[in-house]
Amino acid sequence: MTVTLNGMNTDRKTTSNATVLEVKNLRVHYATPLGDVIAVNGVDLKVFEGETIGLVGESGCGKSTLAMSILRLVQPPGRIVSGQIQIHGIDLIALSERELRQVRWNQIALIPQGAMNSLNPVMRVKGQIAEAIETHQVQRSPQELKERILRLLAMVGLPGRVYDMYPHELSGGMKQRVCIAMAIALTPSVIIADEPTSALDVVVQRVVAQTLLDVKRTLGVSMILIGHDMGLMAQLVDRIAVMYAGNIVEIAPVKDIFAEPLHPYTQLLLASIPSVKERKPLVVTEGLTHDLRRPPPGCIFQLRCPFVMDKCREVVPPLRELRPNHYAACHLY
Amino acid sequence: MGSLTVGYVVRRLGMFLLTVWLGTTLIFMIPRMAPGDPVAAMVSRISAQSGNVSNSAEMIASWRKRFGLDEPIMVQYVRYIYNASTFQLGPSLAHFPANVQDMVARAFPWTLGLLGLATLMSFIAGNVVGALLAWRRTPALARALLPATLTFTSIPPFMLGILLIYLLAFGLKWFPFSGAYDMGGQAQWSWNFIKQVIHHGTLPALAIVITTMGFWALGMRGMMVTTDGEDYMILAQAKGLHPSRIFWLYGVRNAILPQVTALALSLGALAGGAVIVEYIFTYPGMGYLLYDGIVNGDYTLIQGVVFFLIVGVALGVLIIDLLYPLLDPRITYEKK
Amino acid sequence: MSTVTIEQLAALDKTPRWNRWDSPWLNPKLIGGFLLVMFVVLLGVVGPLFWDVKLARVASSPLNLPPIWVKNAPAMFPPPDPAHPLGSESNGRDILALMMAAAPGSLRVGLIAAGLGMAVGILLGFTAGFLGGWPDAVIRTISDAVITIPSLAVLIVISSFVRQINIENMALLLALFAWPGPTRLIRSQVLSLRERGYVQMARLSGASTFDIMFKEMMPNLLPYLAASFTGNVSGNILAATGLEALGLGPTRIPTLGMTIFYAIRAAAILRGMWWWWGIPILMLIIIFTGLFLIAVGLDEIANPRLRGVQAK
Repeated sequence: MTVTLNGMNTDRKTTSNATVLEVKNLRVHYATPLGDVIAVNGVDLKVFEGETIGLVGESGCGKSTLAMSILRLVQPPGRIVSGQIQIHGIDLIALSERELRQVRWNQIALIPQGAMNSLNPVMRVKGQIAEAIETHQVQRSPQELKERILRLLAMVGLPGRVYDMYPHELSGGMKQRVCIAMAIALTPSVIIADEPTSALDVVVQRVVAQTLLDVKRTLGVSMILIGHDMGLMAQLVDRIAVMYAGNIVEIAPVKDIFAEPLHPYTQLLLASIPSVKERKPLVVTEGLTHDLRRPPPGCIFQLRCPFVMDKCREVVPPLRELRPNHYAACHLY
Repeated sequence: MGSLTVGYVVRRLGMFLLTVWLGTTLIFMIPRMAPGDPVAAMVSRISAQSGNVSNSAEMIASWRKRFGLDEPIMVQYVRYIYNASTFQLGPSLAHFPANVQDMVARAFPWTLGLLGLATLMSFIAGNVVGALLAWRRTPALARALLPATLTFTSIPPFMLGILLIYLLAFGLKWFPFSGAYDMGGQAQWSWNFIKQVIHHGTLPALAIVITTMGFWALGMRGMMVTTDGEDYMILAQAKGLHPSRIFWLYGVRNAILPQVTALALSLGALAGGAVIVEYIFTYPGMGYLLYDGIVNGDYTLIQGVVFFLIVGVALGVLIIDLLYPLLDPRITYEKK
Repeated sequence: MSTVTIEQLAALDKTPRWNRWDSPWLNPKLIGGFLLVMFVVLLGVVGPLFWDVKLARVASSPLNLPPIWVKNAPAMFPPPDPAHPLGSESNGRDILALMMAAAPGSLRVGLIAAGLGMAVGILLGFTAGFLGGWPDAVIRTISDAVITIPSLAVLIVISSFVRQINIENMALLLALFAWPGPTRLIRSQVLSLRERGYVQMARLSGASTFDIMFKEMMPNLLPYLAASFTGNVSGNILAATGLEALGLGPTRIPTLGMTIFYAIRAAAILRGMWWWWGIPILMLIIIFTGLFLIAVGLDEIANPRLRGVQAK
């Protein structure tokens, strides 16, 4: 099926082997009066062209920080300590502010978490989408710009009258879809969707999730989808990366991770998903999460792992390919 | 921009009328509750100036009749409200037979000019200073010097006025210390006259601007910090917008809204301050007229001037209220 | 990167708030403002122990003395006299004694009026915020109307009809206009707090309205209340001084504003007797600046974001 957007042929294959975004050994710390909190602890991640990768983990594991770091949007007191973030080979961390502004939205776009408050309350929808476009591309005529915006709105399933409206006149789901429309306006290489459905009710969630799927299929953009709803993830993504306390503990294609979760934390996550079909006992994990200012030596999960061994307390397990294309960081294997 | 709904306009008009009625009733009722009789006081002053008045009792009686002071208080009140609403404020007691409304009409443009311009300048300057103080990109030098503009925030305008007169008018003789134009000058639309007005008006305006600026600056700084924490700022940065665009269209544009509300609320206090400033500078506005009335015990003049001040301030608030939805599209939909 | 143990963290939590090095109450603005105000208070309370306050009476001192540090006083004035270090004015009052007698009076007016205004404000604000409905609508409408009325102008009308006035009555008059500000503030705070989790919990667990008001809401409201009170005191002193400067203040007791009035009436500005109006103004500046700093400091405590934070 060929769909044109902006006059371009956008029919693309879903995945290829080209790496669009690569994160190398990223460390992000938050400064507190009593020492740095390690939010992202040396993360490596590759995103391939056309794929959607899901980033899951519990609250506070660092997934949002990781996403914000890619756009260099970490707010003080947080800061990027070291590492590289490469998009099409360009290191984002090394860029100047002006160069970074050019890359932002053009190459990487953001669908924010709280669309409730992410749109400027005093600007109309048309203005906000227009400025995203005009900042990066010269428009030939106002009429062309208007048509382009209307096409974007249609792509996300919004009626044309939204064009003139103010954010407060829209419902939560509509606002979120405006954000999606804005994000795809420049057909970026990567879209970061930070928990795009978390703040919505179930019915609207489905609509927004469907929109994301449509966007993915039509435009073939790479997406990093952050969330904690494994069930929703399963329907939307190609691969899943599991994060715990600032580290990625497992990455695998979605089917493989559900079929055979290798890391104990992933197993716990999956076990805690309520099931309609079977009765499962409530799994309560023992042990405390460690103080994020002082991660324990060795495996990051040792304090909560039901299978912890002596080796785990001393040596950090590397993220290794344990099955084809299935990586996990655990000494069990 | 947002639109005005009929309901909103009606509510604001109702507020305007309520405020005017409440203030007018206050200035009618309370003096009449105080002991003392204005006419008798005036007659005693006349007799003090020009010797014995032989038929003072009849004089008092006829004057009271003339001013309607011999009727029951409710009748007086109704007549007073009726007259006030048609701007018939009666004759001045001390400058008889001059009419209060004529005297006020002459003084009003001066007050409007001074207070209006000074408030506007103070609002703009103060908010800009406050926004710059909160902005990361303001050069460090500016950020160190700007708070100096706020040092006089905590003193009343008339006190700064006294200082300015002493230093700049009396000491350095750069500015005149009284009046709105040079002595013997005539009010006319000539360049010479306008220069005089600006020259005379600088010190009073400066007194008001310097002392009120700080209030806006501090408020704006706080609002910019609050605005900066909002989610739409993050998205604005993610879109790669230029920082100055974010500063003006996302920061200032949103932070200014509560400031406008605060402006409406502070008009009453600003008017009070301006009254005293005019008295200090002998500026021929309503403030000085008021002082004139106080000194002469001219109660109708005092009442008339204060009535005008109440109406003027309430009108100013009404105008701001009606313009506000143009700034904030959310407002006509909110029911507070 | 510094490291800290769990034990150290636990110990830190037990330290009383005002002893911690990073306690917000150790705000330099707050402390500075407090010191300024205390200076004035002490001047009035302790000063008379060291200086003869009766010199503030009319005709108790030589006339028109400049302060002692003035070197080349114009010839029309007598030379400075160490017995009157701050000089005297043309009614024969010693300025230092006058300041000791007048400054506390100004503070008192502000405190009484603000206290009354605050009390009414708490009462009405809580009522409006809690009950909602038509009591809220009535209270809100009236307080908005009163704020819009130019208070000074109306006070001028009232005072000009009342011939003799003392400090307490003046404070009462000022309180007439001092209540809408606190009412609005408390009402909006109550409205926002009412929906917070802990208040809803208290309601659900059957706590009485009184309990909710005082045990749950008040502690969180204290910084706002304190900042509002300070601003209120400042505003009332301002209004009182304004009235006095026009000659409408108490005549039996010296006050700062009336001193300025007498000075203006005697053309002290043009005669070059700057100490007559300058020193009272200095006292007022100290009072206002002190109160202002306290208010700003309290504001920063109430809104932690303002502490040295820069926006982008």
